[in-house]
Amino acid sequence: MDTRQHTDREYEQELGHLREQLLVMGSRVEEIIGGSMRALMERDASLAERMIESDRTIDRLEVELDGQCMQILARRQPVASDLRFITLVLKVVTDLERMGDLAVNISERVLELTGEVPLKPYVDLPRMAIEAQSMLRDALDAFVAKDVERARQVIDRDQMVDDLYGQVFRELLTYMMENSKNVYRATRLQSIAKYLERIGDHATNLAEMVVFMVKGSDIRHPDSR
Amino acid sequence: MDAAASATPTPISLSVRDLSVFYGPKRALGPVSMDIAEKHVTALIGPSGCGKSTFLRSLNRMNELILGCRVEGEVTLSGQPIYGPGVDAVAVRRRVGMVFQKSNPFPKSIFDNVAYGLRIGGLRDRSEVAGRVERALGHAALWDEVKERLNESALGLSGGQQQRLCIARALAVEPEVLLMDEPASALDPIATAHIEELIHELAHDYTVVIVTHNMQQAARVSDHTAFFYMGDLVEFDRTNVIFTRPAQPRTEDYITGRFG
Amino acid sequence: MRAGRRRIGDAALALGTGLCALLVLAILAVILGDVAIHGTPHLTLGFLTQAPRDGMTAGGIFPAIFGTVALVVLMSLAVLPAGVATAIYLSEYANPSGRLTRLVRVAVNNLAGVPSIVFGLFGLGFFVQFVGVGIDKVLYGGDRVYGQPALVWAALTMAVLTLPVVIVATEEALAAVPREHRLASAALGATRFETVLRVVLPQAMPGILTGTILAISRGAGEVAPILFVGAAYFLPKLPTSPHDQFMHLGYHVYVLSTQSPDVDATRPILYATVLVLLMLTFALNFTAVLVRSRMRRRHAGVAA
Repeated sequence: MDTRQHTDREYEQELGHLREQLLVMGSRVEEIIGGSMRALMERDASLAERMIESDRTIDRLEVELDGQCMQILARRQPVASDLRFITLVLKVVTDLERMGDLAVNISERVLELTGEVPLKPYVDLPRMAIEAQSMLRDALDAFVAKDVERARQVIDRDQMVDDLYGQVFRELLTYMMENSKNVYRATRLQSIAKYLERIGDHATNLAEMVVFMVKGSDIRHPDSR
Repeated sequence: MDAAASATPTPISLSVRDLSVFYGPKRALGPVSMDIAEKHVTALIGPSGCGKSTFLRSLNRMNELILGCRVEGEVTLSGQPIYGPGVDAVAVRRRVGMVFQKSNPFPKSIFDNVAYGLRIGGLRDRSEVAGRVERALGHAALWDEVKERLNESALGLSGGQQQRLCIARALAVEPEVLLMDEPASALDPIATAHIEELIHELAHDYTVVIVTHNMQQAARVSDHTAFFYMGDLVEFDRTNVIFTRPAQPRTEDYITGRFG
Repeated sequence: MRAGRRRIGDAALALGTGLCALLVLAILAVILGDVAIHGTPHLTLGFLTQAPRDGMTAGGIFPAIFGTVALVVLMSLAVLPAGVATAIYLSEYANPSGRLTRLVRVAVNNLAGVPSIVFGLFGLGFFVQFVGVGIDKVLYGGDRVYGQPALVWAALTMAVLTLPVVIVATEEALAAVPREHRLASAALGATRFETVLRVVLPQAMPGILTGTILAISRGAGEVAPILFVGAAYFLPKLPTSPHDQFMHLGYHVYVLSTQSPDVDATRPILYATVLVLLMLTFALNFTAVLVRSRMRRRHAGVAA
């Protein structure tokens, strides 16, 4: 944990602002995930449309954050932990933007489903969504707070999301095999599940970055070493 | 306080063991232990008064010229001790050259400046002196600029050129090690860039140890970096490690600007 | 209102200091003028090349010129090595705060303050009566050769007198050489001797030469120390060996103005002699300035 502040207070403020904006972007993505799932559960087409529109906020934040990072790199020539932080913020922003896109994709599928009768009561999908949202929130908090423990917990939870995905996929497969009229709805639901699983993966990426940033050791892609 | 020295698989040029320097009763540096890799650039960084220049001067026994200065410990150059009874400081300085912060060419001609070290070494043969002067000026990336005016006064050169002249002067005696004490701090950015480029070239043939208070310069120019603080060697490692993930919190604080 | 008063103060200071400077010029002009007016008519080539005759009331002052030059040359040969060497020791080798260093400096300062007549007594007592007599006993079996006023003793006495000047001027010249040059030389593997010889001394030369020439010009003019150590009023021949006595311009002036047999006849000679002495002094000072500026230019970057 960093307890020492930069001698240059303006620099310290710039970094603080960066962290704040990152959290803002994260909570927007969370909102879109939550809103999209609610649109699914309540079959609310206008909500889904609003979620698709919100993507613009995410894009705007991405541009803003990238710009801020560029400024800091140019003017402050950060080294060591600052350098790791800034370069990773750039990557986190990309991951968040992707997550935003995935959440929007969920809403797009919801729009395709609102006219239809629900195939079955949605149980696992909301569970996946809640887990993915909380993984995102925890990973981002861990990043900003440089909390390695929390990050490791997020990495561990990804397994559960993957398992749930497998379960949902197989279940929807049986529905499709039973009756060809189910295929349309089942495939849309499979896509949604896929999106949620990938959101979980992105959150895991975030968590791995936290470990690298704090410890300086890169734990990504262990199989490639 | 010893810091963990990194394992350098490359041959060692200078080996320092438990070096301490005292000005009168006051300990200014050490004990420090460190291995400096041959034909690499090692940078010494740290805040003012941390002992990095004192350490540098210990490597060519220039500390002895300061009244009341006492050195303890061992320094070996290519395996041979440079301190101790029977070791001639003057001979050490021919093997370990030095370039200073503010360029200090003698008020003689460019040629005579570079030839100075050769002549006091007893070299009389005119053509050999001329050849070595040319070679030294070439190594210092100054030959083309001055070859037409070797007999002109050295004081007529620009600041950056004068500093390169001082480098050539030091190189003429063909030392094994070149010590540089903030060689570019008095120069403008373009001249500084030339010097940094030169350092990069020099490392092919010489071991270079450079003191700098400009951390970015240390990061650009060196292969290994040593961080000194209040007379202690805090950390010594490869430069890219120091600047991306230093092991010591004090190193981290200094290079990221978190010093109070 | 305040600004006006300050402006007046400014102008007053400028005026005051300017007047003082003019005063100095005026004094010099009066001296030179008086001497030149009364001396130039008598300043002929014959005057400069002939010996005096008729009890100093006629003739020239060539022997005095010769004697002065001889004295100055011998004095310089004695004082230069000693003075420069001492200064080099103090500046380059000695511990600045050491006991010996401080002692030497105190000695030099005190030496500079000794009245010149005292040097004369010292010269008589030490050089003539101690060293000279001693040499006579050892080499000449008691005959009086060196145990009397002589050129060599006068030269050595003057050397002792001007020693502080040379030491101080040399030390200042050495101190003016930047320390970095000594460091650079040492870093190239030069011994202290080599550094002094090849880097420090060449740079300090203008200052050393200046000091020397100032010492010389002082030596040409001082009379008190040589009063009883070697100068003579009238000699039939020129000094040919170090143990001879000699005539001296300054001494000649002294004697002419205090013990002249015929004041009116000797007055023009007196003035002319003073004029020659002044010209000699100015020439020496001028040479000092010339040498210094020449050497400065050489060091400043013009091709040697």
